[in-house]
Amino acid sequence: MFTSVDDVSARLAETGYLASPAVATTVFLADRLGKPLLVEGPAGVGKTELAKAVAQVAGARLVRLQCYEGVDESRALYEWNHAKQLLRISAGRDESWDETRTDIFSEEFLLPRPLLTAIRGDEPTVLLIDETDKADVEMEGLLLEVLSDFQITVPELGTVAATRRPFVVLTSNAGRELSEALRRRCLFLHIGFPEEELERRIVRLKVPGLGAALTESVVRVVGALRAMDLRKVPSVAETIDWARTLLALGADTLDETVVRDSLGVILKHQDDIQKAAAKLDLDAL
Amino acid sequence: MTAVAEQITGLVGALRGHGVRIGTGETVDAARAVEALGLADRERLREGLAATLLHGPAQRAVFDPVFDLYFPRGVGGPDGESGDREAVRDRLAEALAADDRAMMARLAVDAVDALGGYGSSPGSDGWSAYQTLDRLRPQTLLARVRTDVRGRDGSGAGFADRLLDDEIRRRIEEFRRMVGAEARRRVAERRGRDEIARRGVVPTADRVDFLFANRDQLAELRRAVQPLARKLATRLAARRRRAARGTVDLRRTLRSSLSTGGVPMRPVLRRRRPVRPELVLLCDVSGSVSGFSDFTMLLVQALHDQFSKVRVFAFVNRLDEVTGLLHHGRADPEGLGTRIHAEATLTGWHGSSDYGVALGEFAARYGDAVGPRTTVFVLGDARTNMSDPNLAAVREVAGRARRVYWLNPEPRDRWGTGDSAAPAYAELVEMHECRTARQLSALIARLLPV
Ligand SMILES: Nc1ncnc2c1ncn2[C@@H]1O[C@H](COP(=O)(O)OP(=O)(O)O)[C@@H](O)[C@H]1O
Ligand SMILES: [Mg+2]
Repeated sequence: MFTSVDDVSARLAETGYLASPAVATTVFLADRLGKPLLVEGPAGVGKTELAKAVAQVAGARLVRLQCYEGVDESRALYEWNHAKQLLRISAGRDESWDETRTDIFSEEFLLPRPLLTAIRGDEPTVLLIDETDKADVEMEGLLLEVLSDFQITVPELGTVAATRRPFVVLTSNAGRELSEALRRRCLFLHIGFPEEELERRIVRLKVPGLGAALTESVVRVVGALRAMDLRKVPSVAETIDWARTLLALGADTLDETVVRDSLGVILKHQDDIQKAAAKLDLDAL
Repeated sequence: MTAVAEQITGLVGALRGHGVRIGTGETVDAARAVEALGLADRERLREGLAATLLHGPAQRAVFDPVFDLYFPRGVGGPDGESGDREAVRDRLAEALAADDRAMMARLAVDAVDALGGYGSSPGSDGWSAYQTLDRLRPQTLLARVRTDVRGRDGSGAGFADRLLDDEIRRRIEEFRRMVGAEARRRVAERRGRDEIARRGVVPTADRVDFLFANRDQLAELRRAVQPLARKLATRLAARRRRAARGTVDLRRTLRSSLSTGGVPMRPVLRRRRPVRPELVLLCDVSGSVSGFSDFTMLLVQALHDQFSKVRVFAFVNRLDEVTGLLHHGRADPEGLGTRIHAEATLTGWHGSSDYGVALGEFAARYGDAVGPRTTVFVLGDARTNMSDPNLAAVREVAGRARRVYWLNPEPRDRWGTGDSAAPAYAELVEMHECRTARQLSALIARLLPV
């Protein structure tokens, strides 16, 4: 897919994703070694976006499995269309039960879910297994199987093997520790908060109307907030939101009033706002 | 073996020595990564090896210094003249003002070369980061760098200017880290990198002894409380699921009935939510073990929704309930210890711990906190300062509780030495050695009732 690490950076940048050296290197290796990529890091640092950007760059279709508490095989792998099967049964054609059974467990009644979909096609595919940490432990066993063999067995239909392995990205906010076995399958990439220089470039790219001086101040203040011991420190997503807000407010420099009035855009908890205001020497809120 | 293969093997060996579990599969991947990336760009190599060898972010703190030893930036001292102390300080001030990381790294090399060498006979000589920083005193450059930056921007008036001092301090901190890495590299050239990788690299915070942890390490541990709690909650939930018996799940029963023509033959079982247990914590918060107690209290607080009820008691030689303090203190974990000492009655006539009196007070005043569904954890080193350990009180609590566990932050071989009453207590209740955050989380995952 990629010829070099620089090629990764350049082509991701064209889609609007600015990769740190760590991101570009690891994406390049995941492609070269043919291993799934496990991306871990706080919310809003561009994990999901990275998978989307890779798909776009590769001209691949993006198949996404969004994990949540209770997601199970029938949501991840495939499910039989019960309603349709029941209809077919009660339509009661003139045939034996064996014939009916063979019929209702055929392709026509199968609802493929993301994992099966990603394995079946033969076009290039990026499989995004998003927020893996939200799924239950049982789900990991299933992922492990699929990511080991890239094949799925539907007892009634047989085994489907990938003709072309998808590029797999798993993301996690580390809400739960993923199992050692799953981690061993993957290359590991931790995306933290970006260096100042990279974050300035991201802001410039996403909010081009904001002046250079203001962009720099925004990134510096966000950096200072991250160094504070807050319940939820601002992520890149919040930096972008804040920059947009300032642009909409028509601010041309950062001053106490502007910061005080817009702090709620970057910090979500009232006690964080108070703590930050105190540390930033903002007058009483 | 080729030189690179040897470097990878050495790196992997050193990481394993620090507790990073690396299999042969990962080692093979690492070699393939090096092949794909080439050796020209050291930072890409670093990221590539980290991606193939590590499995979690916590291991990175050990990985980076070890990588620096096995894939050093070069050999020997600086290429040019390193200059004297004043010259290095001048250039460092400039680099800090410009936030020029590459220049800072070069200056770290120069600084160690110019100021860090000691001894002259082989065997007793070496390079010291401490000596380098002590002579260079980069922290005293703060005012000068501040003036520089303000002059450069022609400002000082903008809002972000108030952040400047902290920003400069972080840059200086980064420079100190660079000096540490460079001194290790120079020493490793002389003494062999395997030995330096083993001894010179600080263990991760979760492997530091509670009793010897410094302030920074304790702060790092406090930051680890929430992620650790989430991880433990998952493991407890898994144990709970395994422990629970089931009821019928209608949807899944129907679904599986399709293969039998719609006749439900096999009921599918759903798991039942069991009654959550109660927890009582008795914590010695005297100076010697307060780091351990604070951390454990925060962890239990973070886990509170795993239990129907949590009550926490702190003691030195008197005992008081601190459940409320802990609850209100979530937003300010670093202040917890101070608040407990300020607001709870923990000492009587003197300031040293007295387990006997404190445990007696618990049995007498709060005995009703313990019932057949309660698990009690006692946290402390069991050093009674030679007073009566009051075994009767422990026996009474143990008789009433579902289980009593004692977590002792001292190494097992010190139990019973000096004024330690650990062996006597250990005869009445199950006592575990609990020296590090890693041990604590393993114990909690295993011992906590579900
Ligand atoms: N390196 C980056 N380049 C471009 N945009 C980024 C980058 N990092 C984060 N973003 C932006 O931040 C926002 C949050 O990203 P997202 O992928 O949803 O985060 P996550 O999945 O890590 O929670 C998106 O709007 C994304 O465009
Ligand atoms: Mg996401």
